[in-house]
Amino acid sequence: MNTGIEQPIKLYEKRLPVVTRSVKGRFRNFKSAILVLAYSIYFMLPWIPWQRHDGMSQAVMFDMVGRRFFIFDLVVYPQNVFWLALLLFISAIILFFATSLIGRAFCGYFCFQTLWTDLFIWIERFIQGERPARLRLLKQPWNAEKILKIGSTHVLWVLVAFWTGMTFVLYFGYAPDLLHRFFIGQAAYAAYAGALGLTLTTYIAAGFMREQICAYVCPYGRFQSVMYDPETLAVAYDVRRGEGEKGRIAPKGELKTREVRLQQGHGDCIDCGFCVQVCPAGIDIRDGLQYRCISCGLCIDACNNIMDSMGYPRGLIRYDSEENLASPSPKAPYIEWRRWKIAGYLLAIIGMSSGLIYSINQRTDFEHSVQQIRQPLFVMLSSGEIRNRYQIRLTNKSDRDVTYSISAKDLPPGALDLGEMQNVLVHSGKSVIVQASVKLQPEQAEKYEHFEFSIQSLNNPADRAVEAANFYSEKAAL
Amino acid sequence: MSQDNKQTQGPQTTGHAWDGDLQEYNNPVPNWWLYAFYISVASAVIYWFMYPAWPIGGSYTKGFDTITYVNDKGITKTTHWNTRALLMAETNEAVAAQKPYYTKVASLPFEQITKDPELNSFVVSAGKQLFSDNCAPCHQQGGAGKIGFAPNLTDDDWLYGGDFTHIQQTITGGRHGYMPPFADVLTDVQVSQLADYVLSLSKIAVNPASAQAGDALFHSETAACYYCHGADAKGRQIIGSANLTDKIWLWANVPGSDTIAGKEDAVKNVIRTGLNKGVMPTWQDRLSADQIKLLTVYVHELGGGK
Repeated sequence: MNTGIEQPIKLYEKRLPVVTRSVKGRFRNFKSAILVLAYSIYFMLPWIPWQRHDGMSQAVMFDMVGRRFFIFDLVVYPQNVFWLALLLFISAIILFFATSLIGRAFCGYFCFQTLWTDLFIWIERFIQGERPARLRLLKQPWNAEKILKIGSTHVLWVLVAFWTGMTFVLYFGYAPDLLHRFFIGQAAYAAYAGALGLTLTTYIAAGFMREQICAYVCPYGRFQSVMYDPETLAVAYDVRRGEGEKGRIAPKGELKTREVRLQQGHGDCIDCGFCVQVCPAGIDIRDGLQYRCISCGLCIDACNNIMDSMGYPRGLIRYDSEENLASPSPKAPYIEWRRWKIAGYLLAIIGMSSGLIYSINQRTDFEHSVQQIRQPLFVMLSSGEIRNRYQIRLTNKSDRDVTYSISAKDLPPGALDLGEMQNVLVHSGKSVIVQASVKLQPEQAEKYEHFEFSIQSLNNPADRAVEAANFYSEKAAL
Repeated sequence: MSQDNKQTQGPQTTGHAWDGDLQEYNNPVPNWWLYAFYISVASAVIYWFMYPAWPIGGSYTKGFDTITYVNDKGITKTTHWNTRALLMAETNEAVAAQKPYYTKVASLPFEQITKDPELNSFVVSAGKQLFSDNCAPCHQQGGAGKIGFAPNLTDDDWLYGGDFTHIQQTITGGRHGYMPPFADVLTDVQVSQLADYVLSLSKIAVNPASAQAGDALFHSETAACYYCHGADAKGRQIIGSANLTDKIWLWANVPGSDTIAGKEDAVKNVIRTGLNKGVMPTWQDRLSADQIKLLTVYVHELGGGK
């Protein structure tokens, strides 16, 4: 009946649960250290007090209502979106740089998906026990023990997820006050939506989706292959050493010592499967470099422990480059710096970082714009004089009220008319519009076709800006 | 593992066969899609109960959700949720946000408003909106005006006075300019002489003899121009007669012509036919007193205010 019908490709594959074994070792310690450091920063930062003039006393705060970000002593305004662009650019290049040197280091040690999955797995193990116990629990029918263990795991997960979401929200308001308002039901709608959204996504992504995020959702996980070179260090299984001529084999009987195994043509891999059991991505590193590998190094720890207990040398699974592994005379694994790509990335990082630092250092405490009024571009007065008008917008970005003085360089005396606004008081964080007009005799118009407005803070002499402006008349307009 | 299963089972078909061997795959949509569909059906039902949905004859189901707003007569209304009421509610919020500024504009004297940078900024942005909606059709965007149509509000020439009080009066009560036609009273030569005199007042080089004759006519009882324009020809703001000595032209398009003859024609035309078109409507019935006050400051700040 079904003859001649091809097998359709399945678009959805059911997930096989990955139940990982815990492991001790250098990479595990490194990962744990990063986790503690990253969590300390993320969870503590909103609680660090900071002294500011207008009372926004939190070290890092994203003030959406006031449209400004407080980052320690730096205040960032929407006008500084350029900094964000630079920062994202620098981050991307650093990512590419690191990836072409040492593979997906970001994925394995720093990515929040990896960190939170790590924590969730730790909770799972803390309550349900090591891998065999967890596998047993998975298979056994629902009874009081299973409900209690699985249930309490999920309760803890939800709590962690909630505190993750809550912490994120706390960056957007004064933390102690916001937390209080959150629980008495008086925080902004966005606070609840944000906390709920992040609680849900954290719970789902770290509790259920885990390695599927890396395999199916994250674009970086998939385009890493274009950044890998033959010289790139990656977590790799030494096939030549592990398999020998006749393949890997369990250390049965006399196959326990290296000498015998070598003699019989078997490699060092004793096929214990620990490298597979500890893998949070659920892959077998011995199949070679693959897109699911997040390069976390846990299989290296697992294998090294086994090698130690067998009395074999370490490094059957190690960080090494494709080139070195395939080389007839392999060297010790090394980072290959001498590549044009690396030099290019380095140049970009240095250039962009200095650009960012320069731009942040050169910031003024006020934002200004001078706009020529174009309707009409110029007007003839009853005396025959020509007048141009300008709209000057001043935004005070500092945390105190400042008076600014506006003047025009090089113009004849009396030409500039600012009404009552020669000195303008602008409150902290506010903008004002100043109407300026310049009046010249028609024969002067050409001479002063280009002039400059000068804006100067009276509170801080270093804070000044010069803006070029044009004077239009019938002659100049032609 | 799952692949092994597939090989033994093979793909599913609907079980029907046509023409002996023509079969159809059974490819059900994925479950997540199906459930999403069910959820959207369920939320559609919730929607029917919450919001206006089904037409019933001339009416429709109103839904349980309500919305409250204050209408333009100041009456608070609660009605079934609809987008028009939502617009009203949002407008209420916007008006409430502007209220403190309007109150300040209404309570402070004009000079104080222009001295306060923040209030001045409000006048510039809110006034621009009011001006664009109400004044720009005649006075053009930005108040540049148009010769022969509507006065330029950005220069310093004012027919009816350019201080705050007079601008406010103009907007509130409107204006109507009038100049009688002289075609039946004066000969063509006399009209030419008058036109030359008027042009000479603005330092335009014309035939001096003709201009001198025009000067005499201007101050004579024949033409009696000085009745309205004043003996010094500088106009009288109380009746809105134009200042003929400055370089600003409203009705006669003198700057628009490059030749002296063309400039003369423009002025002659006005003298012959007179004017009955300088009409500015009254705004007291369309705008509130606060809006008129705000517009007054805005127009004053356009550059021409005295």
